[in-house]
Amino acid sequence: MNTLSKIVIPIFVVFVIFYGFKKKINIYDSFLNGAKEGLMISFNIFPSIIAMVFAINIFLDSNFVYEVLAFFKPILQMFNIPLEIMPMAILRPISGTATLAIMNDIFIKYGPDSYIGRLASVLQGCTDTTIYVLALYFSSIGIKKIRYSLGVGLFADLVGITVGFLITMLFF
Amino acid sequence: MVSYIWFFLILIGILFSLFTGKLDIINDSILTNGQEALDLMLSILPIIVLWTGIMKIAEDSGLLNKFAKLVEPILSKLFPTVPKDNKALGFIASNIAANMMGLGSAATPFGLKAMSELQKINDKKDTASVPMITFLVLNTAGVTIVPTTVLALRIAHGSANPSEIILPGVIATFCSSIGGLLLDYFIRKRGNNK
Repeated sequence: MNTLSKIVIPIFVVFVIFYGFKKKINIYDSFLNGAKEGLMISFNIFPSIIAMVFAINIFLDSNFVYEVLAFFKPILQMFNIPLEIMPMAILRPISGTATLAIMNDIFIKYGPDSYIGRLASVLQGCTDTTIYVLALYFSSIGIKKIRYSLGVGLFADLVGITVGFLITMLFF
Repeated sequence: MVSYIWFFLILIGILFSLFTGKLDIINDSILTNGQEALDLMLSILPIIVLWTGIMKIAEDSGLLNKFAKLVEPILSKLFPTVPKDNKALGFIASNIAANMMGLGSAATPFGLKAMSELQKINDKKDTASVPMITFLVLNTAGVTIVPTTVLALRIAHGSANPSEIILPGVIATFCSSIGGLLLDYFIRKRGNNK
């Protein structure tokens, strides 16, 4: 399993470069063009990262999560779920940047190879920000009645997050 | 929506520390925040730049297109009401391909184009059509094989094996897609395939 995870990216990179080479496109120029786009994307998301790190840090540093949600701790402990992961599970469908900031916080406190660090990694990777995508896509074409889409989207997130918890327990 | 979340996170945080008398911690937090955001940005920046570079090669060489063609037959099964030669299917396929490769922001333009194509064949212009909802489920549950930002951040924090989370992530995201599509399917069935 571990080797499989390690091999995905190198194989993919070789395959992409080899394919481009075979098709006789200028792979180096393509790479540079793409990298420039990536740089622009990064600059564009920087303001939202500043905004979210700001809000998340105030929220987490106030200890609200630990003291108020401590009420749920016995239940969570039964399922071996760390309390600190809960804000991430709840905010995942709403804001990817917010959960990125929480994941960063968890990595700083516990390290990426701790149980909670791995759990945060899986949760961050396993679903997209349903509410954001829904709002963006529907508003772009003027849809006002969204019908059952939010329900199904959130259900899919719930499945993803639940399986994320289970699989992290099984894997690590 | 995000405005509300942002507001409440800050409000709850500051009010709660006011009541518990830990305002000095919050004060420190606000002042050191910028540095942490910059560190976060700097740790994910290189891999985003590198990965969009690699993926540009895949796009320019036609590999992304080829992959999209490959999944189109599956897509036409998921979207029975969309004509087989409709452009929307191609955009949906490209959107999924870009999502899989961890290019969330590159996937968005394809998604927006797919939506506007689906809107063209929508009877009620202010109401979400069945294929639109199926597409959104596919998109938001989206299978991600290379979660670029997660990998970047794990590397930055010195993980011994940054990519060990790929496989669990793929399994979780796969289950999420299947779950969403099944529910979508059952709702459609009950609504007499409208």
